Amino acid sequence: MHTDRTDRRGHRPGRGAGIPERADDARWRDAPWNGGHRGEGAGRRDGNGWHRGEPDGGRDGDRRGERGGERDGEWDGEWDKVTGRARFAAEYSPRAALAYAVPVQATIARGEVRNVDSETILTLPGMLAVLWHGNAPGLGVPEDSGLALFQSPKVAYRGQFVAAVVAETLETAYEAAARVRVDYAAEPHDVVLRADHPRAYRAWEDAPGEDGREAVERALREARVSLDLTYTTPAYHHNPLEPHSTVAVWEDQGLVIYDSCPGAAAVRDTLAELFTLPPSLVRVITPDAGVGYGGAATTRPQTVLAAIAAQVTGRPVQVTLTRRQMFAVTGYRTPLVQRVRLGADGRGRLVALGHDVVEQTSTTADPAAGPGAAGGPGRPVCEVLYDVPLRHRTHTVVPLDVPAPSWSRTQGDLPGVFALESAIDELAAACGLDPIELRLRNLPEADRPGSAAAGLAACLRAGAERFGWAGRDPAPGVRRDGRWLVGTGVAAAAYPVAQSPAEATVRLDADGRFRVRLAAPRMRPEERAALTTIAAVVLGVTPERVEIELGGEGGAAAGPPAPAAAGGDEPEDVVRWGMPVVRACEALAAMLGEREAHPGVPLEARARADAPDGGHAFGAQFAEARVNLDTGEVRVPRLLGVFTAGSAADADALRARFTGAMTLGLSMTLCEEGELDERWGGFLNQDLSHYLLATFADAPDVAALLLPGDGPAPDPAEADRLTGLGTSGTAAAIANAVHHATGIRVRDLPIRLDALVGRLPTG
Amino acid sequence: MTGELHTERVRSRTVRLTVNGVRHHVRVDTRTSLLDTLRERLGLTGAKKGCDHGECGTCTVLVAGRRVYSCLTLTVALDGAEVTTVEGLAAGGEPHPLQRAFLAHRAVGCGYCTPGQLCAAVGVLAEADAGVPSAVTPDPAEPPALDLAEIRERMSGNLCRCGCYGRIAAAIAEVAR
Ligand code: FES
Ligand code: FES
Repeated sequence: MHTDRTDRRGHRPGRGAGIPERADDARWRDAPWNGGHRGEGAGRRDGNGWHRGEPDGGRDGDRRGERGGERDGEWDGEWDKVTGRARFAAEYSPRAALAYAVPVQATIARGEVRNVDSETILTLPGMLAVLWHGNAPGLGVPEDSGLALFQSPKVAYRGQFVAAVVAETLETAYEAAARVRVDYAAEPHDVVLRADHPRAYRAWEDAPGEDGREAVERALREARVSLDLTYTTPAYHHNPLEPHSTVAVWEDQGLVIYDSCPGAAAVRDTLAELFTLPPSLVRVITPDAGVGYGGAATTRPQTVLAAIAAQVTGRPVQVTLTRRQMFAVTGYRTPLVQRVRLGADGRGRLVALGHDVVEQTSTTADPAAGPGAAGGPGRPVCEVLYDVPLRHRTHTVVPLDVPAPSWSRTQGDLPGVFALESAIDELAAACGLDPIELRLRNLPEADRPGSAAAGLAACLRAGAERFGWAGRDPAPGVRRDGRWLVGTGVAAAAYPVAQSPAEATVRLDADGRFRVRLAAPRMRPEERAALTTIAAVVLGVTPERVEIELGGEGGAAAGPPAPAAAGGDEPEDVVRWGMPVVRACEALAAMLGEREAHPGVPLEARARADAPDGGHAFGAQFAEARVNLDTGEVRVPRLLGVFTAGSAADADALRARFTGAMTLGLSMTLCEEGELDERWGGFLNQDLSHYLLATFADAPDVAALLLPGDGPAPDPAEADRLTGLGTSGTAAAIANAVHHATGIRVRDLPIRLDALVGRLPTG
Repeated sequence: MTGELHTERVRSRTVRLTVNGVRHHVRVDTRTSLLDTLRERLGLTGAKKGCDHGECGTCTVLVAGRRVYSCLTLTVALDGAEVTTVEGLAAGGEPHPLQRAFLAHRAVGCGYCTPGQLCAAVGVLAEADAGVPSAVTPDPAEPPALDLAEIRERMSGNLCRCGCYGRIAAAIAEVAR
């Protein structure tokens, strides 16, 4: 039933003929409630008699063109993406008529919902339900959880879902949602992050006592050069271009979810808890494309809404968030205030470092929230990059009436590295040293585990050569090209390379087949075949009775579309998934005896292998900045990133990831800022006209250079980590280049005109 | 709309559309966008909805050969129109050169912006052929040469969150040559 990808590689059937279906098409179609073509389903639904003309051949039609992977081993998924065949979560249509749910968001930031008036709304033709806490089914989580939709009258932030409408058409649902009247009892809100906020609490602190804080403070006082600097970064919204979407269906065997979130296992477990179901009755299917880039690996409220709406109406329900809705409910990176203190001796060697971080959180208990900045309580990036004898860090959290922040792409590391690497640049200037030289003087001992010494030094040197760093005049604000000031900057980058755990689920179905589910987004056919054989051997059955299902349910967070790993020799997936497959099959084999005792009981076993701590991958980023003397406009004509890449099988795919991530880093440095509105308590700029993303015209010449080696390197399948490394350091490199160009230190991101204009030289 | 529900006054209209060479008679709510008609009614989900407000370009399709944001285009205004979506670019089963070039240049990340980028690029090639200048064309009287600067300028209505701009521009430049 599943297409063996081997048949499809390099094979170019003629138009419409013999094009094998995608594996997940087959899986989807085989779902008991499935099979409808979206268009036809819709036609039956509204009875408007459309589609009278020639049929278009349905969903995939007969006009989908031809597969044409030119390169040997081109992944099917990539071809699907350029032909429009790659399907995203909102694009799956079950056979039964789909209904649409649209949330109603709170217009106050704190208080209670008194009443939701749905009377007039329900008379709209095609309306199915209005949901709110007065009528919604109970969920099995505490009321203050961010996912406990419609469980209490409490409003914890502006934009929270306080009600939802479900209708047969999208147009009716939007109209109804706009017309629902919600009565509130509003209370004053507090949304402004300040380091000295009275409700601030210390989330953690390195050794507070004599050996810790006091020693660092003493060393900073006595250091030959001592700096005390504060950096701020704004709220950053993921804004993947694919909006968060879910299709939910209740069927006899439980709940089936098609979700844009790549973290299938996390979504399954959360839904099982919410709806008090055994996890085996929740199937979460995540497509192999889309939102994953945005790191949406936690369950978001639209998933819960779709499941509730489908339960209440008895219909399959689709929820696709609008761009505006996404700003409040899909998580964001908290704004940060970071104080960095550095002390150095006369030779530019660091003697002490203090890093104090303040972030905000919401008053709801969102499991995704939590200290995420500056390397978190884990191994600090400053320790990984530099040898600092005395370090002290604190992390302070301020609960506010704001949406729950979540980790976003680089789990805090972009802001953390921005602050550290900007401060290092300032230290180099204060010590009269070249910033690369200062970094080289502070590398950790080469024999320390996970040491940056070799990797970082190599990246800095290779980048300096490629970028043309030699002979750089350190004096700021002295190079002009017409009305533009020109400068260059550098920053180090580091990111942990640990993988997500791998989880396998094996099920014996009524048809006598064993289905092994893995959350791997895709896999080479030969590796899939190898895993099939492994499972069959352990289960003691023929391989024909074993099937490997990919891309979703039952596994750990499946990565987003991995760059093609084809061409490498290492059977990486077998290495990664082999052990959990063996363990799960062993467990199932042990249970087989019980089947005789309890016939009809479905058997399922699950096993997981935690990924080892893989150390850090390193990089160095170089930027050229041009600042317009009259307008303060910043352009970045050149960005170069040099990264340790281990023995990457597909260097071009890795480079594509890195240049993409660096472009994202540029966007966060110059464009992006989520602005919380003090008066109304919500995000103000909730669309892409006001929350700016870098465009083609902003995109500079971005190049990535890979240094092969045997050090730790990100797995090409771990896209978030690649993105993490690729964005780490971009902001500091650009800010340092802006300083070199203008002599102005901008310590608050994004770097906007108002930070520069008026301070630039005149004439 | 005071007091009165819009839906009671909704008019629906039958519209004739040719999409990727296939004729349809579609009865639509007058509020329905071309994007929703394609995605929710005709089952053509290639055009994407990144914002529904004309801010991202993921919904770009070609109407009579010109690129439009289908989220800002009302279907009811398109009676008789010829629409081409990403699904229709591989005419006659032969992939469009841009489709091949996007893959060869690894200009595809998550893939959500890709259909819009492709349709926009087809439109850009046609505009340049027709001699339409852009803001960065040195001499509007001369036929524009699609160099990287022209491509970046002309493609700036299509966002890519995965940062594939450089690679997309290179792919388009290769096909433009
Ligand atoms: S969906 Fe049309 S421009 Fe964004
Ligand atoms: S490829 Fe992901 S948005 Fe462009």
